[in-house]
Amino acid sequence: MQTRLNERFQNTPQGREAETILRNCVHCGFCLATCPTYRLSGNELDSPRGRIYLIKQLLEGREVTRKTQLHLDRCLTCRACESTCPSGVEYAHLLDIGRNQVEQTITRAPIDRMLRFALRKVLPNRNLFAFVLKSARLCRPLLPERLQRMVPAQPKIRQNPPQANHPRRMLVLQGCLQPALNPDINHAAERVLDKLGITLLEAQKASCCGALAYHLDAQPEGLDAMRRLIDAWWPYIANPDKPIEAIVVTASGCGVMVKDYGRLLKHDSAYAEKAARVSELAKDIGEIVAAERPELTRLLENCPASEAEAIAFHAPCTLQHGQRLDGVVENILKTAGFRLTRVADAHLCCGSAGAYSIVQPHIARQLRDNKIAALTRDDPTFLVTANIGCQIHLQNGTQLPVRHWIEILDRVLCGETGDRNP
Amino acid sequence: MPRANLVKAFRKLLPSESVLFEPEDLRPYECDGLSAYRQMPMIAVLPSNEAEIIEILKICTAEKIPVVARGAGTGLSGGALPHADGVLLSLAKLNEILEIDPDACTARVQPGVRNLAISEASEAYGLYYAPDPSSQIACTIGGNVAENSGGVHCLKYGLTVHNILKLRVLTIEGDSLEIGSEALDSSGFDLLALMTGSEGMLGIITEITVKLLPKPETAQLVMAAFDDVEKAGAAVANIIQAGIVPAGLEMMDRMTIAAVEDFIHAGYDPDAAAIVLCESDGSNEEVADEIEKIRDIMHMSGAVRIDTARNEAERRRFWAGRKAAFPAAGRVSPDYYCMDGTIPRKHLAEVLRRIEDLSSEFGLRCMNVFHAGDGNLHPLILYDANRSGELEKAEAFGARILEICIEAGGSLTGEHGVGIEKLNQMCLQFGEAERDIFHAVKAAFDPDALLNPGKAIPSLRRCAEFGAMHVHRGEEKFPDLPRF
Repeated sequence: MQTRLNERFQNTPQGREAETILRNCVHCGFCLATCPTYRLSGNELDSPRGRIYLIKQLLEGREVTRKTQLHLDRCLTCRACESTCPSGVEYAHLLDIGRNQVEQTITRAPIDRMLRFALRKVLPNRNLFAFVLKSARLCRPLLPERLQRMVPAQPKIRQNPPQANHPRRMLVLQGCLQPALNPDINHAAERVLDKLGITLLEAQKASCCGALAYHLDAQPEGLDAMRRLIDAWWPYIANPDKPIEAIVVTASGCGVMVKDYGRLLKHDSAYAEKAARVSELAKDIGEIVAAERPELTRLLENCPASEAEAIAFHAPCTLQHGQRLDGVVENILKTAGFRLTRVADAHLCCGSAGAYSIVQPHIARQLRDNKIAALTRDDPTFLVTANIGCQIHLQNGTQLPVRHWIEILDRVLCGETGDRNP
Repeated sequence: MPRANLVKAFRKLLPSESVLFEPEDLRPYECDGLSAYRQMPMIAVLPSNEAEIIEILKICTAEKIPVVARGAGTGLSGGALPHADGVLLSLAKLNEILEIDPDACTARVQPGVRNLAISEASEAYGLYYAPDPSSQIACTIGGNVAENSGGVHCLKYGLTVHNILKLRVLTIEGDSLEIGSEALDSSGFDLLALMTGSEGMLGIITEITVKLLPKPETAQLVMAAFDDVEKAGAAVANIIQAGIVPAGLEMMDRMTIAAVEDFIHAGYDPDAAAIVLCESDGSNEEVADEIEKIRDIMHMSGAVRIDTARNEAERRRFWAGRKAAFPAAGRVSPDYYCMDGTIPRKHLAEVLRRIEDLSSEFGLRCMNVFHAGDGNLHPLILYDANRSGELEKAEAFGARILEICIEAGGSLTGEHGVGIEKLNQMCLQFGEAERDIFHAVKAAFDPDALLNPGKAIPSLRRCAEFGAMHVHRGEEKFPDLPRF
């Protein structure tokens, strides 16, 4: 596509990157087909191709208003369009540049600014968020029903994780929201990996991966969070006596971010190399377990077999489009003896998308309801996913239990028989 | 009526987000899949039902405002290029499948339904919709009817016109017409055929009844690689001469293979000068028999490698590569210009050679992808729109290719439509008498020429100018007149 970038952007690294991406787009429109927001609105402005055009006119120096900001805000960053795009357009990177530029040009309404500020301060702060969540759970019975459903219930916590010391060691990302919302996910990962002969370590002082701030219009703040996390991890990574094999991430939304550190910090001379190393080490828990397939199969043979339960798997966008790990978790679940039901439009986002379900509640709810309908059509006994955000968001829309797949695998490996329904 | 009043009138009918009139909102609508041609409309409207469209058309008729219909905006001939003083009518919100009748094997759908969505929804009944343009994932059925789209399987199953039964069409005055019937034949003039491929110039299609076909018991695909494009062309001719009607018969050249492999990793032979994809479908015995024959013919025609898809996933991947071929050009060039000429199959090798000569003459690379079975060429001329003069060179190159097609006894368009892009060459393909009839038909439906004006049929004046230019190529007679 033809571009005539404004002088202001022509010689900046962001401008050059944007131009390269824009030039790849041939305006074919294939992306419209798999864009969740376009499929709801039918408006080109809510499609990837339309947003590319909006960003293009911004970078070409034309006047833009809050409307452009609104259409960019409505993007879920699910990256289904990237999976569909035959021309290889790196849409999400262009969107980051566009959003950042719009943020510098357009002032948001005060209420919008406050909401975004509050989300950025509370959500990534593990202790503060835990406190807020605990208070909300205490007040839950007093809240009106609509708000009650927004407060996630306290999940059942199983026994403590093992303390074995295997020679194979990996770091695990604790996350910011996940420990308060569902600490059992990482515990389950520790138990499963323990059985596979791997010890999981948590770094002291490790905090949020930066995704929340980065995608809530505060890219510098997000980058700072990334640097802090790299600092917390580095002593483990750089320790030559007890090397770690990988950085395990149990939330695919965080995983996709950590895998991108290398690119995001490439212009920061103090962090570029470390960031690249961290990204190289980062693996979704699915990749780790899939790599241990022979051992997993052996372990499963020792577990009492039960009738294949029908479960529906929702592949988070950050797993299937962001990390391109389509089919990896599905295969593990099949190996573990589950029957995966057919899910129509499996490539579509559930509407969770980080803080999207809070800042764009209307679209998020429509997408969630469509997703629940697609997931439950073949009567599964429960729903399974791979990201805490999707888990909580989906759970708000259904009575069926929604679980992280590693919790399910953990239960099978622990030898629980019969109904493995959590 | 000034724009502000029109906006006011439309806003009474539609939610404000569905009436776009500021440049910021309109610019993303300035082109369809052919982004070299751009024009912002005066207003874009996004109705969500037929009643709203009727009211919009009534306003436009009363005020003599041009109306250009748009589906998904994937067209490659600029058919949905907006009119500067007109309304762009997006039909994307009308995206409901109204009814699937598994007994009659039909589906009644709104125009904004995606081509592939029809097959997906019919799958539960063992049925599918046969025409499959490469953009089928995104393009809408309304646009398919307007352009009479084909696809890789149209060799055996026909174009859109052969796969629809009935249309609901609104005239520019907003009156509703039922065209065609649920029976295979209907009395009177065949308006269904007239409406198919009319490029939004006769009416606004609001409902389509399509034929669905039972999914064949099995389908199998052969990929044959050749070290020479002419041998591949000969293989295509040999298959047809042997009396085989493959479900699909496609050809790609080396540059296309490389671009596509980068995206799909289909498993095409990267060293081949050209590959031919040939599909057979039907009962298990028929297919097994036909595939054997196809392999023999490929072998005799000098194929250096012959693969039969090992499973359904591989067969789909082989097709996915072909279907992604156009946009995959974006990986090797910032811009491409896709042509759509049709030639008698016997001239394939000769036309390819002449295209290659032109490629050196113009200094622009050209990727070749085509529906080889029906002689429908899709040369993709690669250029860089940011370099001044390259688009013009690409256009001139493309025009020469189309002229070669006509000289070879072929036609300007196989399935993409004329749109804005091939207007001049229409003057070469049709004489004055035929063009007069086109204009008379247009006037019968749309006397004020409000529906997609300036597309598909060139005016007499335009042809006179183009004729003069054509004779004296290189020394344009009317440099001040806009050619497109």
